[in-house]
Amino acid sequence: MSAPQDKTDDGGVPVPVTPAGATGGAPAELPPSSPAGRGMFGDQGTGDVSGYGGLVRPQRPIEAATRPYGGYFDEVTDALEEAYPAFGEAIEKVVVDRGELTLHIRPERIAEVCQVMRDDLSLRFELLSSVSGVDYLGADARRLHVVYQLTSMTYRRQVRLETAVSAEEPHLPSVTSVYPTADWQEREAYDMFGVIFDGHPGLTRILMPDDWEGHPQRKDYPLGGVPVEYKGAEIPPPDRRRSYQ
Amino acid sequence: MSASNYATERETAEGKVFTVTGGDWDVVLSGTDPLNDERIVVNMGPQHPSTHGVLRLVLELEGETVRELRSVVGYLHTGIEKNMEFRNWVQGSAFVTRMDYLAPLFNETAYSLAVEKLLGIEEQVTERATIIRVLMMELNRISSHLVWVATTAMELGAINMMLYGFREREYVLEIFELITGLRMNHAYVRPGGVAQDVPDEAIAKIRDFLKLMPKKLAEYEKMLSGQPIWLERTQNVGVLDATGCLAMGVTGPVLRSAGLAWDLRKTMPYCGYETYEFDVPTHTDGDVWGRYLVRLAEIRESLKLVEQAVDRLRPGPVMVADRKIAWPAQLAIGVDGMGNSLEHVAKIMGQSMESLIHHFKLVTEGFRVPPGQVYVGIEAPRGELGVHAVSDGGTRPYRVHYREPSFVNLQALPAMAEGGLIADVIAGGASLDPVMGGCDR
Repeated sequence: MSAPQDKTDDGGVPVPVTPAGATGGAPAELPPSSPAGRGMFGDQGTGDVSGYGGLVRPQRPIEAATRPYGGYFDEVTDALEEAYPAFGEAIEKVVVDRGELTLHIRPERIAEVCQVMRDDLSLRFELLSSVSGVDYLGADARRLHVVYQLTSMTYRRQVRLETAVSAEEPHLPSVTSVYPTADWQEREAYDMFGVIFDGHPGLTRILMPDDWEGHPQRKDYPLGGVPVEYKGAEIPPPDRRRSYQ
Repeated sequence: MSASNYATERETAEGKVFTVTGGDWDVVLSGTDPLNDERIVVNMGPQHPSTHGVLRLVLELEGETVRELRSVVGYLHTGIEKNMEFRNWVQGSAFVTRMDYLAPLFNETAYSLAVEKLLGIEEQVTERATIIRVLMMELNRISSHLVWVATTAMELGAINMMLYGFREREYVLEIFELITGLRMNHAYVRPGGVAQDVPDEAIAKIRDFLKLMPKKLAEYEKMLSGQPIWLERTQNVGVLDATGCLAMGVTGPVLRSAGLAWDLRKTMPYCGYETYEFDVPTHTDGDVWGRYLVRLAEIRESLKLVEQAVDRLRPGPVMVADRKIAWPAQLAIGVDGMGNSLEHVAKIMGQSMESLIHHFKLVTEGFRVPPGQVYVGIEAPRGELGVHAVSDGGTRPYRVHYREPSFVNLQALPAMAEGGLIADVIAGGASLDPVMGGCDR
């Protein structure tokens, strides 16, 4: 695994270093590699005497795909390019990985792209299956990603649209006018990640209490929890437990 | 409690507020001015016997007509998605199974399929494991639909049906207990396969169930299908057409009751569903009645699938051969439930140091999953259950998001209920079959 070299915090626990190029233009496809998986009890080597740690699966880097993408992916991108004049400017990157197509869209264009994806006769993505947020803290200057899973029932195809915004300027247009089903799912992304969907009819918290502070699914938001006593021993909360690596 | 505890009233900036506890409607009416206060706002839930769990509905009423409805969710939010980021990939199964507690095996299977796709080992999952997954999911679909018929009938006043539905569901839960050791929250389907093999007694019990269930279904139909009150309460109630369903993202039996035969088992098959013989029942009315018929028909189709799956079972492994992924423990059902088999414990503790190390590493650390993201959607009893999983290359999920059909479908409730009667809110809401554990996660 081509992980960046780890620094150590005061307690000797490895902390991830921002990968080189992480603050560049295009959104990252990969989250930063976490300390999980490396270093045991603060040990900086592999800490592994069993030989187990040497058996790391080969990890291929995910890069922007080049044509042909394979399958229906070429047809979809061609159709979008034809139907959407601002294609070249709106699409930041195309990624094909594990048999799934991801189009990285410039955040301010997401509603327009969704409109075309839904309405164009050769695209027909009638259903927005899912909207979810991911926080790429440490890997991407625009750390908050919003991921849209579109399904075309006519052609039985699936495409993922992904956008990235920064935590300082977390604004992007809402797609509720195109897909009303995005209503609650965008509220969830706002609630959990603090992404602000402009034009949403009522962007309020949905799962957390209305007066909650902070956005719990962000990576810099602690899991929380209290230590539990069990048979005389104190078990720390999960995010403060020693991790076996 | 004195009489003054009922229907207490207080003045607020928004108007008079009454706390109603039942049997005190006259007090409320005497406290309002019927000429000037045409609309009253009624807060239903979150603790209400007929809202299917801790769902809160805020209704704006004119007489008995619902003018506006807003649903408030989140009362059962337990932070499962966040918690999973602090456990290894296999431990995730034990978390996701607790989301939609009426369809735990779907949650587990969707999660396992996503992890397997991230690992790139879909091809290595054994045939027997896949057939067992189908078998368990279809049994689970039956038990979930039975709870739906039972609770919906209860909410509309048919208490007998509630008892019958739960009685047959209990039979399915007994089968689950025989196979997984637990009635609910199984964590049985794991990344790489299933936790343990299906015992022979369970197969015999499933065969008995296949003989029993069609008779019971006929009984339900005899009791409900021609029943005037049932027809009155369900026909032309909570109507949502296919366009409305798609706009609101509603999938599953509700979409199929509006005439669109969209079932991921047929349209985007997984787990080898394309090789099974079954139909996708539909209806055209798009009302509660249609959803009732579709769900009963789906139970019959699931029985067909269970029968085919049982017939296909051939001896073989139920976990991938890759020992760096397969859970190292051999499980067995003891007198106190499922746990590590004593033979396995004796082997790793007494005979093989390497087995012990291997066991320790996989259990405490877990396996690494190559970085990337996937989305897997399967057809759960309530509609499309999607898992968006992101890995950073470590031993724990970086992010797991569940596209929960209960959560998405509940958005359609105002579209179904506004303009109708308050009694139909119950029927319409029940017909969506929301499970709040899944909705709030």
